[in-house]
Amino acid sequence: MTQGILVSSETETGTFELLTKGRELSRNLNCDLSAIIFAKKDTDPSPYFKYGAQKVLTVASEGSLTSENYAQALFKVAQENGPDILLIRSSRLGKEVAGRVAQKLQAGCITDAINVTFRGSELVAERYALGGNTISSETVKSKKKVISIMPGAFETQQAPVEGKSEILDISFAPSRIELLERKSKTGESVNIEVAETLICIGKGLAAEQDLTIVRELCAALKGELGCTRALSSDYHWVAEERMVGISGKKCKPKLNISIGISGQIQHTVGILSSKIIVAINKDKEAPIFKIADYGIVGDLYQIVPKLTQRIKAASR
Amino acid sequence: MKQTVDLQQIRVKRDTREPILEGLPLIFGDMDKNALEEAVRLKEKHSAKVTVLSVGTGKLKEGILEALAMGADEGCIVVDPTCDGSNPALTALTLAEAIHKIGAFDIVLVGEGSADNYSGQIGSRVAEILNLPLVTYVRELAVESDAVVAFRDTEAAIEKVKAKTPLVISVTSEINKPRRAPLTQILRASKKPLSVWTLKDLGISEDAAQSASTLVSVLSNVAPQQERKGIIFEGDPDESVEKLANALRKEGAIS
Repeated sequence: MTQGILVSSETETGTFELLTKGRELSRNLNCDLSAIIFAKKDTDPSPYFKYGAQKVLTVASEGSLTSENYAQALFKVAQENGPDILLIRSSRLGKEVAGRVAQKLQAGCITDAINVTFRGSELVAERYALGGNTISSETVKSKKKVISIMPGAFETQQAPVEGKSEILDISFAPSRIELLERKSKTGESVNIEVAETLICIGKGLAAEQDLTIVRELCAALKGELGCTRALSSDYHWVAEERMVGISGKKCKPKLNISIGISGQIQHTVGILSSKIIVAINKDKEAPIFKIADYGIVGDLYQIVPKLTQRIKAASR
Repeated sequence: MKQTVDLQQIRVKRDTREPILEGLPLIFGDMDKNALEEAVRLKEKHSAKVTVLSVGTGKLKEGILEALAMGADEGCIVVDPTCDGSNPALTALTLAEAIHKIGAFDIVLVGEGSADNYSGQIGSRVAEILNLPLVTYVRELAVESDAVVAFRDTEAAIEKVKAKTPLVISVTSEINKPRRAPLTQILRASKKPLSVWTLKDLGISEDAAQSASTLVSVLSNVAPQQERKGIIFEGDPDESVEKLANALRKEGAIS
């Protein structure tokens, strides 16, 4: 018997997404669905009822949420007769918390799940493994189960219920980490994960100033620019927010154009969910062509400006 | 540090889509190397001792030489057939017991995630087991007398934090560029002290290992089905672009 499902995210939209999936799972398992939120005491729980939360637990909290407190709160609620299944948004914070709370509960944990389904009555989570080469289907065997779920893995849909709410007063131990300064990432605040058209550039680009020709294509297609790890982490030509791959963003645009990218799995895992993949590369043998719907074998410096021209001409 | 097969070289069986792992070389992951590099840099600045700790199966004895050549002073490896790297709970338990056995330390540095499974559980679990402060996603690190000051990278912000040692730190790939082990050091590496332990040496009973390693069970692990069209244009650039644009328009992907 499953004792219930608890979803948690540090963002409202993240909680809605997990509630949507949680509803399906709780129906199947015939158990309760609750959400834990970290907010001011007087926060209105009704938005969460709209997404199917039968119970909203509010942990009174001000200021930035630490992983210590987040994990402690989940542990307090889930231990013993609390909910058995914890679904946590796999943001950086959430992923860190998943491992912590799993250890506190002596539970098995699956992080970065891209899907959660059933095989028979068994709850199965899918995640990328072997650097993105494979998808591993795993199931947690311990009674308490911790699964962190990739942001954006599921659609969000309302299904209102009449829920209850409760305020949890947890006295947290003083943090052992002192926050000295917090600087919001400014400049380009971009979320390429939701882009409909994503143009990715890789090491085939010879110089930073040549990004212009790629940006022109982005403008013509009204698409966002993405890149491989080398271009952001090593060369610093492109902002890290635009890095696509296993340690970067996982995107699912309608159209992805990969330019000068060989197609190493650490990058392509971030574009595999694209509807259409187009590759432009001078090396006919590049692995990127194996996952492409359309490809052009050629010099990106010739092809990309021509493609931009062609698209501009058509939209005129 | 975790040894994995060279992920670039993985091929997939055509019929079952299972990965072929036999015979592939074993290497340390990039972020594992970032963690070691940071430790060596701290040593160069503050004259500390760097111990590299790794859990794995048989080939680790050769593999660890690379880490020693990169600048670790001493190696401790836990070699056990149960430790195939697929069970974060068992790996964390093993690391925690090994750290306990090693004795006094200031900082445990780990990569944000392993190269193969990237589950990111090790830092979290080890910190919980040892009841130590945990600072994650660190991209810049400085050590003061009995504390560290770190810049950590969340999605929305860069946080500057301070925490007392001993503690656990996970690093991101931005923190440094790991050095290649110089040839002269590779030759010297085999002379550095190396402890080889089993789970039993660490006081981990078969029952404890069994229960940690069966918390999660892998039902299948296969390459995703890719149904892509694979239409490739070659030759005259103008023609190729024209054909591509027409195809994309038909798909409704461009106007």
